[in-house]
Amino acid sequence: MTDLTLSNQSLAAKPAPPNEATAFRLPTQWIGVAPFFIFVLMFLILPTIYLVVGAFQTGDGRFTLDNILQLVSDPSISASYWVSIKISFWSAIIGAFAGLAIAIAIVRGGLPSWTRSATLTFSGVASNFAGLPLAFAFLATLGRVGIVTTLLRDVLNINIYAMGFNFLTTSGLIAVYLFFQIPLMVVIIVPAIDGLKKEWGEAAATLGATQSQYWRMVVIPVIWPSFLGTVILLFANAFGAIATAYAFAGPALNIVPIKLYSQINGDVLHNPQLGYAIAFGMIVITGLANVFYIWFRTRSERWLK
Amino acid sequence: MKSGKFWAWVIFIVGAAYFFIPLMATVEFSLRMRRGVHSFDAYQIVLGDARFQSTFLYSVIAAIFTIILGILIVVPAAYWIRLRLPQLRPIVEFITLLPLVIPAIVIVFGYIRMYGSNSPLPFLGSNMGANALLVIGYATLSLPYMYRAVDTGLRTIDVRTLTEAAQILGAGWSTIVGRVILPNVLIAVLSGAFLTFAIVIGEFTMASLLNRPAFGPYLQNIGANRAYEPAALAIIAFAITWGCMSLIQILSRFAPKSANRPN
Repeated sequence: MTDLTLSNQSLAAKPAPPNEATAFRLPTQWIGVAPFFIFVLMFLILPTIYLVVGAFQTGDGRFTLDNILQLVSDPSISASYWVSIKISFWSAIIGAFAGLAIAIAIVRGGLPSWTRSATLTFSGVASNFAGLPLAFAFLATLGRVGIVTTLLRDVLNINIYAMGFNFLTTSGLIAVYLFFQIPLMVVIIVPAIDGLKKEWGEAAATLGATQSQYWRMVVIPVIWPSFLGTVILLFANAFGAIATAYAFAGPALNIVPIKLYSQINGDVLHNPQLGYAIAFGMIVITGLANVFYIWFRTRSERWLK
Repeated sequence: MKSGKFWAWVIFIVGAAYFFIPLMATVEFSLRMRRGVHSFDAYQIVLGDARFQSTFLYSVIAAIFTIILGILIVVPAAYWIRLRLPQLRPIVEFITLLPLVIPAIVIVFGYIRMYGSNSPLPFLGSNMGANALLVIGYATLSLPYMYRAVDTGLRTIDVRTLTEAAQILGAGWSTIVGRVILPNVLIAVLSGAFLTFAIVIGEFTMASLLNRPAFGPYLQNIGANRAYEPAALAIIAFAITWGCMSLIQILSRFAPKSANRPN
């Protein structure tokens, strides 16, 4: 990686003419990336900026903070943010630790090699198996007439719905979201664990480190940045997810993406500008997560060279 | 070490149970449509449904256009950055990660407000325009996967030498990208393409908000109104995702393992 970039830079610098000519060369230099930048500007950056600006404007275009303040003062909106953050946070944390445990088990646990390839293949599929079909699968399993629900009721005489189980609770949605969160963690973290060099363990053992010291002082510091980075990615992943929850309850469920969905479809909040503010709030939350993610990723890549 | 292996098995089996019980239950549920016996009735009804066929076809076509658009945007950019503008790499990597963190619903909301029928670029004023906007939105969603796949592919070939050789032979830029670089990274591009396909085929949010007759909104409609068909559709969707991922794995076996030069 490093020397490739370096060699490219030195080669790119070599034919560079004196300063006056650079101004003429610049357009041709940029022509190869122009379609990409025009595309992301038009269809990613500007639409996002448009919403952000709209969040600070009244209906006739004057500056205001009312929309943003309403996110906090309107109890149903602030509640939806709170529920979304809780679901995303816990599904990310639980998913990350469960995914890490599975990854360590298959890479370092001394299991037969088929478990590794089977887990990785399955994780690749399951991390992309989200949205509506995932909800259908869980309804067929744990819905009111689902296979596991009826099995528990008929065989073990346990009625999970009488015990308060429901997909529409925070914990119910977390349990479902784990179905794509855990595999995503496995897919991302296995390469990081593979990056732990065998020599480090041997070196630690030679220096007289115990197994727990090796983990505490070598493994965890090395994996930590990419682990934390992935937690943040999982958080953003759950925060924007809408289809699974929508399949369970339609617009009734009070999480942010569904609130925004209803607002776009029919202005249920009776203030078009409020939609911008909700979108802005989502961008702020995932944007903060993104900043952390990039930061941790660069740190972990430095380790895993 | 012995106890470590024991716990590894425990974790593996608990994990496998969490993932396989819902899938097996869904298969079982999807076969129960006819009372008392297992049958494929739910699948027959779904596959025979004219709306299933038309929406699925719509989404397949949208996915194909998405892949073509993604290739046209990503391949030249990734190539050019490797060849001439390596200093742009961190910026482009950052931008391509954005769709992972700006939720799809926010992106499509921006489209609806920016490209409405009264705007300077009225994509949503016509049917074809809205279809185009859906493909554009999907291409945006697939940017992180497409860019990373293509960039990984480019890493395994010697971009500079290939370019110079082609230039010496008199090739223009479009020939170089289209007939020299693209065939060399085709396997990487195809992996990105299949991943894009898997993501796009059942996508709900964008298709629904742009009011397109795609597979995602159809799934939602069936899910809200039927009992057994959704389970069958979930199995079909899982099979499609599995198929795409398997194709990627098979392709990766043909991909060159190491670079032609150390990196």
